[in-house]
Amino acid sequence: MTQYSPLRIFFKTVVARAYPRVIATWRQVAWIFFDMAFPIVGSLAMVLVYQGLHAPRQYLGFVVMGGAMLAFWQNVLWSMATQFSWDRGNGTLELYTIAPTTFEAVLLGMAVGSMITTTIRAGVILVAGSLLFGISYASGGALAAIGVFLLTLAALYCLGMLLASLFLFYGREAWHLATALQEPVNFLSGLYFPVRALGSYVAGGASLVPMTLGLDAMRQLLLPGTPVFIPVGLETTIVAIQVPLYAVLAGVALRFLETRARSEGKLVTRWE
Amino acid sequence: MAGTSPSSNSSRPAVETRQLGRVYKSRKDVVVALQGVDLSVNQGELFGVLGPNGAGKTTLIKILVTLLLPSSGQAWVDGLDVVTDYRALRHRISMVSGGENAGYGLLRVREQLWLFSQLYGMSSSAARSRIDELLERLGLAEVANRKITGLSSGMRQKMSLVRGLMTDPRVIFLDEPTVALDVGAARDVRTEVRRWMREDPTRTVILTTHYMQEADELCDRVAIVNRGEVIAHGTPQALKQQVDEDVIVDLQLEPGRPLLDALRAVEGVGAASAREEDGIDRFSLLLADDAVLPRVLSTVEGSGRRVTGLIRRQPTLEDAFVKLVGRSLHEEDSAENGA
Ligand SMILES: Nc1ncnc2c1ncn2[C@@H]1O[C@H](COP(=O)(O)OP(=O)(O)O)[C@@H](O)[C@H]1O
Ligand SMILES: [Mg+2]
Repeated sequence: MTQYSPLRIFFKTVVARAYPRVIATWRQVAWIFFDMAFPIVGSLAMVLVYQGLHAPRQYLGFVVMGGAMLAFWQNVLWSMATQFSWDRGNGTLELYTIAPTTFEAVLLGMAVGSMITTTIRAGVILVAGSLLFGISYASGGALAAIGVFLLTLAALYCLGMLLASLFLFYGREAWHLATALQEPVNFLSGLYFPVRALGSYVAGGASLVPMTLGLDAMRQLLLPGTPVFIPVGLETTIVAIQVPLYAVLAGVALRFLETRARSEGKLVTRWE
Repeated sequence: MAGTSPSSNSSRPAVETRQLGRVYKSRKDVVVALQGVDLSVNQGELFGVLGPNGAGKTTLIKILVTLLLPSSGQAWVDGLDVVTDYRALRHRISMVSGGENAGYGLLRVREQLWLFSQLYGMSSSAARSRIDELLERLGLAEVANRKITGLSSGMRQKMSLVRGLMTDPRVIFLDEPTVALDVGAARDVRTEVRRWMREDPTRTVILTTHYMQEADELCDRVAIVNRGEVIAHGTPQALKQQVDEDVIVDLQLEPGRPLLDALRAVEGVGAASAREEDGIDRFSLLLADDAVLPRVLSTVEGSGRRVTGLIRRQPTLEDAFVKLVGRSLHEEDSAENGA
């Protein structure tokens, strides 16, 4: 028996947990097609609605960018946060728990593993949508927008870990909650319109989801004329603070709920 | 302070529990699954936990592998407190459960095992050679590249055993590892466990089972658990000595009216159990001495049932269990409550 360092175990766990996700991409190509087709059709439908309403041209840009970002949010919610419910169901969660690894590493592995599919999906929405509707972006903001995007992504995944801790403990109930919250969150985070339109209180509340501010900042950078909710600099700063904030909260919540779950027998899979 | 094991370091037990208890609370009811369990398992021992369904075996295992917190008492594994030192302990243990279904169906056997090895930090190359070696030994080399979903339950169970052994734990917990396996697969599992222990004499195995014969043949020592309590422990030999003085008789009867309670009431019958096989009722009786047999036979006759066979035989662990618990391992607990 050799006892390896926590850091080594962390990275090996991330790679190992990502592996079946990557394999799934290869071995279930047909499934991936449908998996991608629906969100794309969803975004494009929204574009057509705006076109029918003769909305300003920018709005088409909002939808396309929102659709691309939605792909990442859905990945966080459905491929990461809720995954613990499945893992509990077949006993895999027990094996993750008793191994000398951490839930953070397992969750990060899930996220990394589905990154390829998600990025392709988001890319297809962005490229296809932009070409189809002739959306032009302010190329000057591109570099800054990529920076904001990466920051937003980091914050989203940390939030995902925080949510996952709930699934560790609540299982089914948390699942229903996630389903119930999905549409309101999509709406409130301004996926299809600038978040400014919601008024400051609602938009402020919606800003708890990093996607809201991140997306708004990217739109301001790439689509000139976007109504300003908060200036880009401040939005970026808030998202940057959300990264460590959610990371620390997730760590605390995972630790706390693991102990609660051990106490109440929630990590155990019963076969009878 | 809670983290220190009561025993000295050099000869510390592999597992030690002190007044260990666990209660499950739900909205509807409170189940006392484990109560006042005191155990001490030495390094290098193959220790069996034997008991009927619902006795609390799995609960005990899950406390020891850090999945469940005890409600009362304390437990140490390899000298580490399962409550306070659980992080350090997780490097040193593994668990394999019978009927286990963990993992990802689309992965091949080798890939799945590699995935779990990484959670322990093993180098990929070391893991791969260890996995191949163990697969070979368990006769799974041919299915090493098969997807998990294509495995029979016996193969799956052996694969789980490979997972448990590959990380070279100090203590491995096997929760009914041969449950529902065919004779051959169960034998392979037992053989491999024995062999793995011989490789390093300080390795320890805790195995739960409700198969008497498995406990008798395989285990160095056995604890008999019933309704959450350890009611006896010792070597299978010592446990069988509990019934050494008794005369053990197996009766085969044609089907007919219930007889068990009447037999138990006969003076000199220490314990009785019954099971039905292929339409024949088999009764096992523990008699104080030979003189009790005529009284038993007249009771049978009085019930109008016909004896088709009668054997006097050597005591088994099952007999010791029946004497201690008052019923056989496979008899439903609820029958006593009239439920
Ligand atoms: N998660 C749980 N919640 C409530 N009761 C449980 C739970 N797990 C086990 N039990 C109960 O605790 C008792 C012991 O169960 P268990 O440890 O699984 O026994 P065994 O493994 O010996 O069959 C049983 O009465 C069982 O119904
Ligand atoms: Mg059990």
